[in-house]
Amino acid sequence: MEVINIKGTDDTPNVILDKEKGHFEISGRSLPEDVNMFYTPILDWIDGYAEGPNDSTEFVFKLEYFNTASSKVILDILLKFEEIVENGNKVVIKWHYHEEEEDMLEAGEEYADIVDIPFDYVVYTD
Amino acid sequence: MDKIKENQGFLDFAYQMYKSMKTNEINLVYEGEVTQEITKTFTSLTERSLAKSAESNTVQRKVFNVMVECLQNISKHADSLSEEEEDERRGIVMVSHGAESYNIITGNVIKNEKIPELQKNLELVNSLDKEGLSALYKQQMKEGRISDKGGAGLGFIDIAKKTGSKLSYQFKELTNEVSFFILTSTIKRN
Repeated sequence: MEVINIKGTDDTPNVILDKEKGHFEISGRSLPEDVNMFYTPILDWIDGYAEGPNDSTEFVFKLEYFNTASSKVILDILLKFEEIVENGNKVVIKWHYHEEEEDMLEAGEEYADIVDIPFDYVVYTD
Repeated sequence: MDKIKENQGFLDFAYQMYKSMKTNEINLVYEGEVTQEITKTFTSLTERSLAKSAESNTVQRKVFNVMVECLQNISKHADSLSEEEEDERRGIVMVSHGAESYNIITGNVIKNEKIPELQKNLELVNSLDKEGLSALYKQQMKEGRISDKGGAGLGFIDIAKKTGSKLSYQFKELTNEVSFFILTSTIKRN
């Protein structure tokens, strides 16, 4: 599969999707004005990945901030991985949050309530 | 003579505005078009000035967060006074802070016909406690979809969740067609 490697900006996150290396990560900030434009290629890539996923996937979210429109798209991403789990593959979400950012931890917990995928919460300081 | 009077009027206005900003501890005022570029500029200005202050990271992030949601609300939903300006999303944005809290105040024109629905949403958000807001947020994320304007209908819920304060709002009727919608979000400093 092709590798997606998008460098973050002031309002869009870093995205790495690399099946071969088993590296899946969205990090930084996500507050694009048009979430669909930014995330459509990412959602399409995940659809392709779902057709032949690795036995085990560790997906890293390390966001310092995301707007509400992005939060909806993040749920869409997670729902796609939930299907991968339902098809008998292992998926773990590594949800990172800053120690002073309880809102980010809560956001992760809310996603974990909605989707049936194990979440590991990882605290970082800087 | 008229020119001098006009200049004097402007100077008086600038002086009054400066004094009023100082008395009310207003850090930022903007009136004009609200685009993604403006949103990025304001949030990074605010971010930098907060970083220089002794404000806790938690409060800094909340202020940043609420500003983004408020500005993106204007850039997606503001209506205009006249049809010629239909495509322009204008609004007013103010950030003030006192000993206890930060206030982010935004105002924009809105069509009167949209008010009942908007008011219903605001009242619903204000009627809920932390758990209720979290449940509504999750439900809306699951059931809602991204609109053509790129919104997810989550902005007010998110502001109420992150600030832990009720949303304070007013509608001031401008004409038979439109009103001015003012929203105040309060972030406690402690």
